[in-house]
Amino acid sequence: MTDTALPQPESSNFQNEGLSETGTERVSYLRAGHSLSSWLLTTDHKRIAILYLIAVTFFFFIGGTAAALIRLDLLTPQGDLLTNEGYNRAFTIHGVIMVWFFLIPSIPNTFGNFLIPLMIGAKDLAFPKLNLASWYIFMAGGLFTLFVLIAGGVDTGWTFYTPLSSMFAHGSVVLAAVAVFIAGFSSILTGLNFIVTIHKLRCPGMTWRRLPLFVWSIYATSIILVLATPVLAITLVLIAAERLFGLGIFDPALGGDPLLYQHLFWFYSHPAVYIMVLPALGVASELVAAAARKPIFGYQFVAGSSIAIAIIGFLVWGHHMFVAGQSMYASAVFSFLSLAVAVPSGIKVYNWTATLYKGHISLDPPFLFAMSFIGLFTVGGLTGLILAMLAIDVHVHDTYFVVAHFHYIMVGGTVSAFFGALNYWWPKMIGRTYSLVWGRLSAILIFLGFNLTFFPQFLLGYLGMPRRYHVYPPEFQLLHVFSTVGAGLLGVAYVMPFAYLYYSMRYGTPAGFNPWGATGLEWTVPSPPPKHNFETIPVVDSLPYQYDVELEEDHG
Amino acid sequence: MNGSIHLWPEQASAYGSEVDHLVFAFTVLIVILSAPVFILIVVFAVKYRRGKPANRRHARNRNVWVEVSWSIIPFLALIGFYVWASDLFARLYHPPVDALEINVVAKQWMWKFEHPQGQGEINELHVPVGEPVKLTMASQDVIHSLFIPALRIKQDVVPGRYTGTWFTADKPGTYRLTCAEFCGADHSTMGGSFIVLSRADYAKWLAQSGTDMSLAAAGAALFRERGCSGCHGPAATVHAPSLAGLYGSPVPLQSGQVVIADDEYIRDSILLPQKQIAAGYPPIMPTFQNVLNEEDVLKLVAYIKSLRTTEATQ
Amino acid sequence: MAETPLAARPPYSEPRQQHDAAMMGMYLFLGSEIMLFGGIFAVAAVIRILHPADIVESSRALHYLIGALNTGVLLTSSFFVASAVEATKGGRRRAGATWLAAAAVAGLVFLVVKGYEYGAEYREGLLPLPGADTQFRTAPQHLFMNLYVLATGLHAIHLLIGIVLLSVLAPCLAFGKVRLPDRGILIIAAALYWHLVDVIWVFIYPVFYLAR
Repeated sequence: MTDTALPQPESSNFQNEGLSETGTERVSYLRAGHSLSSWLLTTDHKRIAILYLIAVTFFFFIGGTAAALIRLDLLTPQGDLLTNEGYNRAFTIHGVIMVWFFLIPSIPNTFGNFLIPLMIGAKDLAFPKLNLASWYIFMAGGLFTLFVLIAGGVDTGWTFYTPLSSMFAHGSVVLAAVAVFIAGFSSILTGLNFIVTIHKLRCPGMTWRRLPLFVWSIYATSIILVLATPVLAITLVLIAAERLFGLGIFDPALGGDPLLYQHLFWFYSHPAVYIMVLPALGVASELVAAAARKPIFGYQFVAGSSIAIAIIGFLVWGHHMFVAGQSMYASAVFSFLSLAVAVPSGIKVYNWTATLYKGHISLDPPFLFAMSFIGLFTVGGLTGLILAMLAIDVHVHDTYFVVAHFHYIMVGGTVSAFFGALNYWWPKMIGRTYSLVWGRLSAILIFLGFNLTFFPQFLLGYLGMPRRYHVYPPEFQLLHVFSTVGAGLLGVAYVMPFAYLYYSMRYGTPAGFNPWGATGLEWTVPSPPPKHNFETIPVVDSLPYQYDVELEEDHG
Repeated sequence: MNGSIHLWPEQASAYGSEVDHLVFAFTVLIVILSAPVFILIVVFAVKYRRGKPANRRHARNRNVWVEVSWSIIPFLALIGFYVWASDLFARLYHPPVDALEINVVAKQWMWKFEHPQGQGEINELHVPVGEPVKLTMASQDVIHSLFIPALRIKQDVVPGRYTGTWFTADKPGTYRLTCAEFCGADHSTMGGSFIVLSRADYAKWLAQSGTDMSLAAAGAALFRERGCSGCHGPAATVHAPSLAGLYGSPVPLQSGQVVIADDEYIRDSILLPQKQIAAGYPPIMPTFQNVLNEEDVLKLVAYIKSLRTTEATQ
Repeated sequence: MAETPLAARPPYSEPRQQHDAAMMGMYLFLGSEIMLFGGIFAVAAVIRILHPADIVESSRALHYLIGALNTGVLLTSSFFVASAVEATKGGRRRAGATWLAAAAVAGLVFLVVKGYEYGAEYREGLLPLPGADTQFRTAPQHLFMNLYVLATGLHAIHLLIGIVLLSVLAPCLAFGKVRLPDRGILIIAAALYWHLVDVIWVFIYPVFYLAR
């Protein structure tokens, strides 16, 4: 076993007729028990990570199917595939499933679970049983939500705006609220587990300044999870009580205020945007350093900017309400604070670019995903600034411009980072390498398909196409057709990684300890790691990302 | 399929073109801010490709001054645009006093517009060119949002309160008018036309759309029918505030505050009378919440507004 | 009772670390609970700003003396729980269990008093339960009472969970099912939860009863 084996030339992947179990695998966490109960009752963070990976992949394809329905329906202006009600249900399924059951848990619960103990030199998370309980709560919430959305049907959109949701909508709003409420518990418990783990279980020498940037970003995410999710919970309780008992908090007839709902909802849901994107920023930092084989430029700024985003993220919720009827002065303050978020986000993007300078840049699949992440996140972030400009937001608010903007962040950003992380850490998780050619191809196709899908939506938005429209004026059709064609490409491209990764499980060559030649404690253990991660608890004595300089290449 | 792609929306007001200028200028800024990232990533990926010889000496791992400058300088540029955009936005909150006042009532899934002389229309809004128009908007059920892309304006219509916006259309024509806030099953069908007419055509249209009485007159009729005049009328024995000259004047409240009697105040006084009690009067006014709909209330507001002008002429 | 401390469980290398982690986890959980009730207090503040006169009038209708009594009961129960923790730290199982039981009983007393108060409000037409015959002069007063029921109800559910927790822990402690000192963290965590539920009431009481 060498610990610096690079991936084999890709062609060899296909010549292997599937290897029998290697010695490393025989003692790995993957083989520590073969029964179903050894998986379903495990408290091993790595196995729970795999459980989450399977679950979020499942929800990703459910949400993706709803998206496919929406895009197909929008091929024609009159929407021939679905009824108005059916369309509204489809985008509600898409939003609810993607936000709460894919984007929020995707990177933290799979890669955070798998990597945090490995990265900080711990044997497990602080509360292993609680970790398993979180998964069960998540699954209960997720499957219940799915049942409610498909069997009962909810047509309020994922935002559940009152009084539409509380008094007018048909369908199972209360049950959907209960389901999301349950999932919220899972978020809180997971966030709590991560925070305690990062505080209390770092190995000797792993000081805060030596923490990998992924851990920093998960730490910032967890703070938001613990503090913002309960506000969503109480908001959902208020909605359910309003619907069941006529509580009246949001009902103007009782002297309540519908805008109060929006304030409470966005007080959670704007920070929730950062729950979804901060882990992706952490992944990007890891990937960029590994791609360039250089220390990340300005580690402290990059780490600090995660925390800054988490804090400022709590203060900008009102930018969702510029045209909702809040006071002009409130809008002006929220607009300003929203611009302030650009500072830490900009620092990250510029610092990643500077990290590439004079690096040894690899274009293997994870790094292609990382670079497309940077590009798409930049577009998403800057169009976010357009939305923060008050006079412009008045025009583009609630149009496809907003749809395009947040898909650049959520799909272009977070989903790209998710696939980058999957491609980067897959050899560690499974112990096998995969086809780099197929990996690069899928990274490029995802990038192209994504832009073809969502760039036309910026134009649609500025032209005045409102979001959540089932039928639309015929002059918008051509751009919608582009978007749908792009979505088809994107759908195919999203299936590819799962195909070649599955193939690698059976036929890939053994990965070795460190297939990418990266730094970090997770690469010092075998792939896949043994059940208890480290034979002896490691001791850290240097900063992260200390790559050796490859001198022979340095003279041009 | 409509073959041509419109890349820029129609524009029917000076305000709209100012928004477009802002968008153009801001787009230039963000291209300047982001171009280095896009270009340098590609350049670095080619130049410093792994295994390719290149000069990699003296690569720095940090430089605080560089980092501070690329956080601060873009932010300062943003602040300039922030001032520009906020200034433009603030204008929407300050309609001219002589604006033509049109009431808007939104309900699932239609728009109703009422002109001051009482002409009502559904899903169509006719306005004269070159004249400021102020919209006072109420919702009968859920939140809607009036969106006129050609004017670059949008305002949510929230149940339980009045919201408003204003514009001066300067190009005759027919434009789209839609609902932008998701409002239930037929949300996407809740739209219509925004029609800008020359002044002469507008006058002709007003004349054609015959009407029995103006909004204020309809409000006056309601005022009598619903028994408002029993307490607030000149011959009333009950101790209730007189409404003549009320609109726009300061009202001292029992709580010690003083509020200006605007549309919202009058609406709340009719529907939620306990919310703000005028000083010196017993809180005996009943709520008319289940009696009057938003259109009726708007008519009453128009009537009470008209009492201001009649007094001024006396 | 000679109890040797156990070695730390797997992810931990020493008992102290395990204890600190458990405490930190508990504090974070409580922080999250505070945010939950924070949402209700924010709503209470908003409706008070919107309808000052109505809220004052509704608040006057509440039985503030009963509320004061209940505040006293809960504060006393917190004292019992704190004593239980002290006793447990000193290894006095019997005393610890007795204090825990006393706190649980005080919690029950609170619920009984609260139930009596709900009953009185129901008869006075103040309690907006489904099917109740309520008489409110204005809509915002109805709204205020709705929020009152929701806030006190949510608090009562938390208290009930606390009572169940203490009732399970007390016999476990008494009969040696809880290893001391290393599993004493269970008692401490339960006590922290109890104090939080108490503190939340200390905010609910002025916000609803004394906002007059």
